[in-house]
Amino acid sequence: MRAMLSTFFVKLKDHKIPVSIKEWLTLLEAMQKNVISPSIDEFYYLSRMTLVKDEQNFDKFDRAFGEYFKGIESIAGVELDVPLEWLLKQAELNLSPEEKAMIEALGGWDKLMETLRKRLEEQKGRHQGGNKWIGTAGTSPFGAYGYNPEGVRIGQDKSRNRSAVKVWDQREYRNLDDAVELGTRNIKVALRRLRKFAREGAPEELDLDMTIDKTARNAGWLDLHMRPERHNAVKVLMFLDIGGTMDDHIKLCEELFSAAKTEFKHLEYFYFHNCLYDYVWKDNRRRHSERTRIFDIMHKYGHDYKLVFVGDATMSPYEILQPGGSIEYSNDEAGAVWMKRMLDVYNKAVWLNPEPEEIWPYRQSIGILKEIMGGRMYPTTIVGLERAMRTLVK
Amino acid sequence: MRFSGSAAYVSTDDLTLAVNAAITLERPLLVKGEPGTGKTMLAVEVAKALGLPLLEWHIKSTTKAQQGLYEYDAVSRLRDSQLGDSRVQEIRNYIVKGMLWQAFTSETPVVLLIDEIDKADIEFPNDLLRELDRMEFFVYETRELIKATSRPIVFITSNNEKELPDAFLRRCFFHYIRFPDKETMEKIVEVHFPGLKKSLLREALEAFFEVREVPGLKKKPSTSELLDWLKLLLAEDIPPEALKSKDRKTIIPPLHGALLKNEQDVHLFERLIFMSRQSR
Repeated sequence: MRAMLSTFFVKLKDHKIPVSIKEWLTLLEAMQKNVISPSIDEFYYLSRMTLVKDEQNFDKFDRAFGEYFKGIESIAGVELDVPLEWLLKQAELNLSPEEKAMIEALGGWDKLMETLRKRLEEQKGRHQGGNKWIGTAGTSPFGAYGYNPEGVRIGQDKSRNRSAVKVWDQREYRNLDDAVELGTRNIKVALRRLRKFAREGAPEELDLDMTIDKTARNAGWLDLHMRPERHNAVKVLMFLDIGGTMDDHIKLCEELFSAAKTEFKHLEYFYFHNCLYDYVWKDNRRRHSERTRIFDIMHKYGHDYKLVFVGDATMSPYEILQPGGSIEYSNDEAGAVWMKRMLDVYNKAVWLNPEPEEIWPYRQSIGILKEIMGGRMYPTTIVGLERAMRTLVK
Repeated sequence: MRFSGSAAYVSTDDLTLAVNAAITLERPLLVKGEPGTGKTMLAVEVAKALGLPLLEWHIKSTTKAQQGLYEYDAVSRLRDSQLGDSRVQEIRNYIVKGMLWQAFTSETPVVLLIDEIDKADIEFPNDLLRELDRMEFFVYETRELIKATSRPIVFITSNNEKELPDAFLRRCFFHYIRFPDKETMEKIVEVHFPGLKKSLLREALEAFFEVREVPGLKKKPSTSELLDWLKLLLAEDIPPEALKSKDRKTIIPPLHGALLKNEQDVHLFERLIFMSRQSR
């Protein structure tokens, strides 16, 4: 049993489900303590609750479970290199009277076995060297879980609950499996560097220095002083490059964005394409109707906001340096002008570039933007993020 | 101890199994799910069904892990010392027990609910690893080790506002409460409104699930909204015919304010209805 289950564990690992040994041992412990009755349905629920800790991974788990237990269905059955005689005996053992009657109806046991033997040989021919089961969950009349009503059920556990298969075959959690996976936590930890605490709100923390001072002045009678607790007061404007060459990096940007969103109290985000021009937008679907002018941003958000640009900075140098260089529309002023304008207002700014740092020197546009940014361009690795955040708090 | 649902709470098979596994293996059960699917109610109902006391620890953004263990009230001790109170000699008098301490030292096993753990700081769950795993902690002020006499049954709920650390997740069982399907929903309604007219229930549920289907809603109505709505329908004595499915596409269900709590959602909904009315 244990050996069988450890292949299940490996299967889950293969499906990139983050399972740990500790959780695995918990599952074994639960099995030992008879938490579930021996039903595959309950085993499904139990293993899911022990091994999968995020509903986004439920779909992966369902697939792995389904795949694995299709295997199990035939493990109890036959393997091609098993002698045919043994196989026949097994088949006979597992037949119910009704099934035997059905076999008679099909022309008798011998005829059926003759076909089975032929089929086996065919299979051997087709999957040479392969370790294929016979008709696993297929429509062949042979093998476990066939859908053929005339099928021979070989070595199948009778107590199996058919409806159980459905639970994971339905794959109800498919739409929860969005592309943003684990990993945002790392980013969040890196982003925490940016936290800057300021005292605001209602007084709720003991101000020790003040209390000592006041108490001393009060001739030793305790005079308590409270002060507001510190809150994260960092303000961030985030500009995300969208579309075009950024398509390869969308996942990373999503992670970065979702991590940043929960980490800061004041986070405003805008989208741009390739380079910053006179407007940006908030909703990518309505980029042509709902635009925000850069001037409005400069007027609305104080200069204590920190700027974070996310983009691969990969484009034609014209798009940065020439008026009318934008691929979106005809811009009156060059992207570089707008970038400089922003950087004049907001002196804390970094550019995060998802392209690997090694290739930066080979792309002219990256070089130009890096120069505009005053060298403050960093790769979107954990280390790169940390460097970027350190620059922002300086 | 086995939990098998209660008169006031409809528990699906998988949820029941999860609760029982958590009870048997004495590990915390982390419950996630859409708002209004009864995450918090689960702990309340399990405590009621098993006849155990319930301790609730509601987490806020300012909650610290230490507050769940104990707090040392140095300020009152200082005050008392000036007043010459004899209690001052004993530091124990100024240690305020937190929820975990109370749960650990209770005579009978208790159900402990840690509600909305994702509201707290990102490091909060990490600070509770040892406490939840070994069910013990050390009080530095009195140098004593508090160890659970009987391990409490711990329920932790999360609304997914923050990701929880892996090390924490490894120590929990996990259950995701799915939004109930029609069948389960009927059972849930039956529990709350026994003897509700079948026709009204059917129409109301149909209207409810249709509203949920409306694309682009900011907040989909949940079970608790459905129950409120039904209560209103009953109070206003709305006949089931008013919810009839034939003209559903062209009328706004009565009292829809109970289902849609967001004015943008109400607008969106009304616009959709208006559009389908025009296309006729």
